[in-house]
Amino acid sequence: MNGTIVFAQLLNGLQYGVLLFLLAAGLTLVFGIMSFVNLAHGSLYMMGAYFAATAFQYTGSFGLALLAAMLGSLLLGLALEFVAVARLYRRDHLDHVLATFGLVLFFNELVRIIWGPQPVFLQVPEFLGGAIPIAGFSYPAYRFAIIVVGLVVALGSWLLINKTRVGMLIRAGAVNPAMVAALGVNIRLLNAMLFAVGAMLAGLAGAMAGPILSVQSGMGESVLITTLVVIVIGGIGSVTGAFYAALIVGIVDTLGRAFLPFMLRQVTERSLADAAGPALASMLVYLLMAVVLAWRPQGLFPANR
Amino acid sequence: MNTLSKTPFRRNALTAAAGLVLAGASQFSTAATIGLMAPLSGPQAIVGQDQVDGFMLAVEQLGGKLGGQAATVLKEDDQLKPEIGSQIVRKFIDKDRVDAIVGLSFSNVLMASLPRIVESGTVAIATNAGPSPLAGAGCKANVFSAAWQNDGAAEAMGKLAQDKGLKKVYLMAPNYQAGKDMLAGFKRYFKGQVVDEVYTQVNQPDYSAELAQLQAAAPDAVFVFYPGGMGVNFIKQMSQAGLMAKVPLYSVFTVDGTTLPGLRDAAVGSISGAMWDAALDTPENKKFVADFERKYKRTPSAYAATAYDAANILNIALGKAKAGDAKALAVAVKAAGSEFKSVRGTFAFNNNNLPVQNYYAFEAVKSGGNVVGKLIATPLPKQSDAYHAQCALK
Repeated sequence: MNGTIVFAQLLNGLQYGVLLFLLAAGLTLVFGIMSFVNLAHGSLYMMGAYFAATAFQYTGSFGLALLAAMLGSLLLGLALEFVAVARLYRRDHLDHVLATFGLVLFFNELVRIIWGPQPVFLQVPEFLGGAIPIAGFSYPAYRFAIIVVGLVVALGSWLLINKTRVGMLIRAGAVNPAMVAALGVNIRLLNAMLFAVGAMLAGLAGAMAGPILSVQSGMGESVLITTLVVIVIGGIGSVTGAFYAALIVGIVDTLGRAFLPFMLRQVTERSLADAAGPALASMLVYLLMAVVLAWRPQGLFPANR
Repeated sequence: MNTLSKTPFRRNALTAAAGLVLAGASQFSTAATIGLMAPLSGPQAIVGQDQVDGFMLAVEQLGGKLGGQAATVLKEDDQLKPEIGSQIVRKFIDKDRVDAIVGLSFSNVLMASLPRIVESGTVAIATNAGPSPLAGAGCKANVFSAAWQNDGAAEAMGKLAQDKGLKKVYLMAPNYQAGKDMLAGFKRYFKGQVVDEVYTQVNQPDYSAELAQLQAAAPDAVFVFYPGGMGVNFIKQMSQAGLMAKVPLYSVFTVDGTTLPGLRDAAVGSISGAMWDAALDTPENKKFVADFERKYKRTPSAYAATAYDAANILNIALGKAKAGDAKALAVAVKAAGSEFKSVRGTFAFNNNNLPVQNYYAFEAVKSGGNVVGKLIATPLPKQSDAYHAQCALK
């Protein structure tokens, strides 16, 4: 185990974390500020990937594909908010879970009907197709692009929430929605916008993940669970928390998968390590979440209330 | 009260009468009922859909008949859940009284459905599984596999790696039974050094960590088993890391008709072990692939091919066996295995009712705008599986 491979794995962890952040940002805002549990967030991610793949197929341009994914999921988010979600805000969390789980099934079936059961193809744009050599290692250029996009979104959302009037209203709406409404702010519209922006970020994440993953029905579920872990660790409703937690989860998960089986081999016999290593590595982020919940139930970086 | 107690009796009487009429009719019937069970929803739905489409294509080519009898095919979705699969099998046998059951999903669903099939004696032809318990001491006279013994394709890849004189091979698979079986199958024929065996989570989306380790190990080749979406993820990421040119990729059930639409160029250069590919150059296969593409507008996978073969086996067997005699039908199916023309070339049922067939190696190459398989070797011709000697059947 040398320095280069640890560095390469840290990069992998960073990239995975940044991708998780794109998903977690929208989810944590909707969950924390509107107190709405949205299991269909993973479906918006999936729809983003499908929108991008379809746009890419017709235009051949990755930029347009990204745009289509963001615009498509923004509009889808608005429509979803108007048709279903807005009616559920005042119901309790169990109703949210039930309704949005229904949406998950609906969207999975919908893409199967429209695009068929086979995975659809979305390729890495030509200019990012290569691999960049770093210290004897080749690292895919496209993964660097994911890191850059994620960091830009992180910076943008920090500026939006902390430095703009809209951000101020969002923060105020989180603390006391009735008072904000009484001051003449259309909180209903604010919520709809917030939900749509969250959907747009999920769509962007799906489009960015499309070229490295299999774009297929149900691709949103596994990533949604990890995203929920991220927002619980980060503190529900805190975008900053989601950012740090996403990086922590990304790096812990990657390093765990890369090194835990090898470390186990040092202390126990090979067959046991081969069986226990992957299982333990996959549990690592959940163990982390359990520890955080026991130690700081409000999350590591809770939103300032 | 009076009417209440009367009603069930009358209903029973009616059912009995209807039963008699039906039973009477079936003696002279010219209808064959086939129960087709496959996963038709969830991430593996394409595997099930290909089986349904392959089977129905054959029935259509035979004029809607199997063995000269008008064929009714009942399709059920097992959702890849053993408990649902065994319920469906009970329904097929007890309610629908099917002549044969085809499909039977993945190994875990097949094994759960097995007790009722064996008890009833109904003929069953699996088109997607051949688990080792069924191939060895647990073989059954009325249960067939028109697909493969699960280890077969992996054994072919092991043999090919051995024949090519590879010294160091790196093995990867998802961490569940089939993953372990595949790697065991590979090692049965590969005698060189196994640099490492890596088991990843089932349905893991990202392989960057494992690919960095693979790159550091610098083996002569990597052998993987990543079915469905996992394979698309793994190969896309391996190709983007620039590893396809450095480490030759050998795989089974990873690059096939179900995943190529999502992979395209990323798969070019990889070598797959299989008993069938659309590229096989036999007249039967050419007709099958052309008709399938014309009808369904996509390239068939091995799952479509096995179901297509199963329909043709049943066509011969049902033409010979007397209707309603399950034992005779089982014997006829066994014989039909070596009589019908399989799309995969040579085929026969072994003593354990699993196939004796060629296992080929295909390389993914560009052809026109598409990526297709190209036959490069036949590492295991007319291969019998490793378990058939433990089976007591003749």
